[in-house]
Amino acid sequence: MPSFEGRELACQRGERLLFHHLDFTLDEGEALILVGANGSGKSSLLRLAAGLSRPAAGALIWDGREITRDLDLHHRRVIYLGHADGLKAGLTVRENVKFWSDLDGARGSLDEALQTFDLTPLADLPARFLSAGQRRRATLARLALDRSQPAQIWLLDEPTTALDRDGQAVLSSLIQRHRSAGGRVMLASHDPLPELLGRRLRVDDHLAAVA
Amino acid sequence: MTAAFALLLRDLRLGLRQSIDVAIVVLFFLAAGILFPFAVGPAPGTLSQIAGGVVLVMAALAALLSLDRLYQPDYEDGSLDGLILSPLSLEVVALMKALSHWLSTGLPLMVAAPLLALMLNLPAEAYLPMLAALGLATPILSLLGGLGAALTLGSRRGGVLLTFIILPLYVPVLIFAVAAIDAARLGFAGQQNFLFILAGLALATLALTPWATASALRQAVG
Repeated sequence: MPSFEGRELACQRGERLLFHHLDFTLDEGEALILVGANGSGKSSLLRLAAGLSRPAAGALIWDGREITRDLDLHHRRVIYLGHADGLKAGLTVRENVKFWSDLDGARGSLDEALQTFDLTPLADLPARFLSAGQRRRATLARLALDRSQPAQIWLLDEPTTALDRDGQAVLSSLIQRHRSAGGRVMLASHDPLPELLGRRLRVDDHLAAVA
Repeated sequence: MTAAFALLLRDLRLGLRQSIDVAIVVLFFLAAGILFPFAVGPAPGTLSQIAGGVVLVMAALAALLSLDRLYQPDYEDGSLDGLILSPLSLEVVALMKALSHWLSTGLPLMVAAPLLALMLNLPAEAYLPMLAALGLATPILSLLGGLGAALTLGSRRGGVLLTFIILPLYVPVLIFAVAAIDAARLGFAGQQNFLFILAGLALATLALTPWATASALRQAVG
C-alpha cells in the first residue's frame, strides 16, 4: 500500500516563511482536513502536495520515493482544484467541463457528470452568466468525471465556498465514494463538511516565528 | 492526441468568440504599414525598395500585440495549474499554444500581406517569395513569442519586457526573409537559398522552444 507523506516541510512565499517543521501522512482512503487562519499556508501546502511548487525545505514522499524524482508521474495521481476556478467566461458550462474531461482522458458520459451537480439546465449557458455557487458546481463537476486512470489524491482548496446545502451533500457523497475506492483527500476549509470525517491538521501550529 | 486537440480547439473557439482581437491585429498591420508612403514619400522606386522590410517588420509588431493573451488568462484563472497537472505533456501544450497563436495571428497576417505589399508597390515577381518568407517567419514568431510570454508571466509590464526578449531573436529571421524578397525583386539567381536558411531557422525554433517554454511555465506557477 503506497503511502503519501510530507516530512519536515517548510514553505516560503516571497520573502516570508509561512510554516516549517510540518509533517503529515495520508494513507489510502484517508482524508486530511487543513485548518488554520487566513494566510497560514493551507493553499500553499496543497500546491506543494500537488507538485506545483517546491518546498523550501523537507520532502514529499510517495511510496518511499520523493515526488520530485518523477513529477509527471505524481501529477497524474492528483486532481487539484484551487481557489481560481479555471472556468472560461466565453465558453458554455458544457464546453468548460468537456475540456477538462478531454484533457484528463475521461471515458464516462459528460452528461452524467453535469447531472451530478444539477448543471444540466445550465449546460448551454456561457460561464460568465453563472453565480458564484454555480461556478463552484461547474468546477467540482470534474470530480464526478469517470477517468480511465482514477486520480489517487484529491487536493481541494475551499471546495465548499459559495456551495449550497445540496451541493455540499453531493460533494460529500463524491468524497465518500472516492475514499471507499481507496482514494485520498486533502482539503483546506474553514467550514468543513459536517459529514466529512477525517484527521485535522492545524497549519497554524507550524507557523514560523516572525523575525 | 484528443487532449492536445481539445486544447487547440478551446483556444481557437475562445479566440473566435472574441474575433475583435484578430481584427485588431490585422488592422494594426495595415494601418501602420500605410504610414510609410506618407513618411518616406510616394516615389514608387523608394517604396518598392522598402516594401519587403516594412511587411516583415509590421508582421512582427502585429504578432507581438496578441501575445499577452497566450498564457496570461490561463495563468490568472488557474487553468495553467490544470494544464501542468494534466497527462498532456507541457511541451505539447506549448506547441499547441503556438499553433493557435499562429492560426489566429500569423495566418490572417499572411492573407492581409499582399494588400499591404500592393500599397507599397512591391513588384509582382516578389509576391510569392514574400508569402513563402512570411509562411516561415510567422510560425517562428509564434514559437518565440510563446517562449517570451511564458518567461514574462506574472511580471509587471510583461508586455514591454516581452518585446525586448523577442525582437533580438527575430533579427536573423528578418534578415533572411527580407533578403529572399529582395533577391526575387532584383532577379538574383539562387533566391530560394534564403528561404532554405529560413526553413532551417524555423525547424530549429520548432525543436527548441517547446522545451524552453515548458520550463518557463513550470517556473511561473511554482
